[in-house]
Amino acid sequence: MSRTFVYMDYNATTPLRPEVKERMVEALDVYANASSLHESGRRARAEIEEARASVADLIGAKDTSGLYFTSGGSESNNTVFMTMYQLGRKNPSRRKIITSSIEHPCVMNAAAYLAEEGFPVVYLPVDSSGRVDMEALKKELGPDTLLVSVMAANNEIGTIEDIEAISALAKKAGALVHSDATQAVGKVPVSVEDWGIDYLTLSCHKIYGPKGIGALYVRPGAPIQPLIRGGHQENGVRAGTYNNLGIIGFGKAAQLALSDLPEFGARMAALRKRLMDGLVSRIPLVKVNGHPEAVLPNTLNLSFPGAEGEAILLSLDLEGIQVSTGSACASGSLEPSHVLLATGLGPELAHGSIRFSLGRNSSEKDVDYVIEKLPPIIQRLRRMSTVNPLQSQDQSQTNAPLDRLPGEKVPATTA
Amino acid sequence: MNAFQWLYSDVVKEHFVNPRNVFDPDEKFEADAEGVVGNIKCGDQMMFLLKIKDEIIQDVRWKTYGCASAIASTSMLSESVKGMDIRKAYGIKPQDIAAKLGGLPENKIHCSVLGDKALRAAIDQYLEKQGRTGEFKGEDAVVICTCLNITDKDIEEAVKAGAHDWQKLQEATKIGTVCGGCKSKAEELLHEYVHIYS
Ligand SMILES: Cc1ncc(COP(=O)(O)O)c(C=O)c1O
Ligand code: FES
Repeated sequence: MSRTFVYMDYNATTPLRPEVKERMVEALDVYANASSLHESGRRARAEIEEARASVADLIGAKDTSGLYFTSGGSESNNTVFMTMYQLGRKNPSRRKIITSSIEHPCVMNAAAYLAEEGFPVVYLPVDSSGRVDMEALKKELGPDTLLVSVMAANNEIGTIEDIEAISALAKKAGALVHSDATQAVGKVPVSVEDWGIDYLTLSCHKIYGPKGIGALYVRPGAPIQPLIRGGHQENGVRAGTYNNLGIIGFGKAAQLALSDLPEFGARMAALRKRLMDGLVSRIPLVKVNGHPEAVLPNTLNLSFPGAEGEAILLSLDLEGIQVSTGSACASGSLEPSHVLLATGLGPELAHGSIRFSLGRNSSEKDVDYVIEKLPPIIQRLRRMSTVNPLQSQDQSQTNAPLDRLPGEKVPATTA
Repeated sequence: MNAFQWLYSDVVKEHFVNPRNVFDPDEKFEADAEGVVGNIKCGDQMMFLLKIKDEIIQDVRWKTYGCASAIASTSMLSESVKGMDIRKAYGIKPQDIAAKLGGLPENKIHCSVLGDKALRAAIDQYLEKQGRTGEFKGEDAVVICTCLNITDKDIEEAVKAGAHDWQKLQEATKIGTVCGGCKSKAEELLHEYVHIYS
């Protein structure tokens, strides 16, 4: 019996594209140390520089000189924050860090570390769609602001931030600007030049390349300090013998991501719409999380009041469907997703949230399978639940997408 | 080995997929007692309904909002208390349920096994209706603070009465004010009970 298997967790990570895999199999033989001066070293180096150019193209960088390979998004983000630590220690009059309240844990925790070290750190509020409150940003910016770091697109709800506008405001205050574009790259156009930012983070395993490789873009002239000290690789910004295999795979993945982008984005958006319409019309009381338009074309985050996320996730898993949840029960902590809470969602809706993230191998058949399997799961869990939202709601409007449930906290800010 | 087994035992999976004794509103189950514990905010809430005759649990129904192990553990508990003396049922601990389920991850024992507390709340309500309020309290209590002879039940009661942080718990019970050796264990319990009752 063949089992239906539907992977809808592409924001967590992606499979290798066959073309990337093929390129990497060849690259397994590129063994030389790319820092060596001899011929095999130079050949390895040439392949690495070719990959660097592809990655620079993908993020709209004018040239490759500010592009450094790292082990991934977490390292790139930490490199920026630790650079700020050095700068702020030398110049305490400018060391305020402004970030958002919906960043990935690797930014959240790097910022928290600076706060522990005595740096003023501000987590900007977001509106109910997950967009950063620009008025709050304006109020916080000042001559003491060292860095503004806001993600280009959120991994959980897919909301896309207006980095260009954020950057323009930050620049006026003389601050440095960083954006974690790990989720945006390969899904929507990204341009460090258009955005006018100083630092950009990206990671290869989100664009159908290998894991453990990523990059940090640093605008030429912007300050940068190594997180890992050692040899002279990467102009001394990132020590360690070149990861030939990862870098060459990254180059291929970046090249393909860029050429596929328009077609890929349109196809994802159509699948996302099919999934959303199918689920919202078949399941009463569904809340669609994230921004209605400024959202990654592959990411759909829904809350199902009355049903808990881990129970939904594992029920789907039994049907061969792989998704993720913002519920605390799945994270090992007692707190549900900080992203959903920051958008003003009540804890119950956050616990009952499911993220569907589509990707290259997703098909209409996959989407229709989820649309078939999920409604009875939600119905079953709600029937055995102590909270049955259907009993307390006006039945006439149950198939309309939920805006806000009764008793839900309204976010403190409007933007 | 299939991947689902890796997360929970087969018994958990079986009870999650086919939970026993779930309350069905159409069934008109007439309960003698009802207990609710947990908090939606924390991701788990549970309700137990009991039919009791001659100190024996005749039948039981439950509802839960929670994760797979919350559903499975309540289902398992509901099976095992049928026909049980209420005094014995009152002493069931999360670890007993976890053992019957073939084990649960440690963090799940603390946060998802609320069935025993909901069951106790229902039995407490039953005793109250009979004018026997608090008759089983203090049984099966475990001494946490040996200096001051303070038990887990005392901590539980203090939290129920509003002691939601360490300072308030100390004010209410004086726990940990002698040698201090009980502090980490007591804080763990505090955390657990706050999760359940606040
Ligand atoms: C927004 C965002 N930033 C950073 C990361 C971390 O990237 P990496 O896994 O390459 O360290 C992720 C991946 O989970 C992410 O989604
Ligand atoms: S054991 Fe509690 S103060 Fe000593």
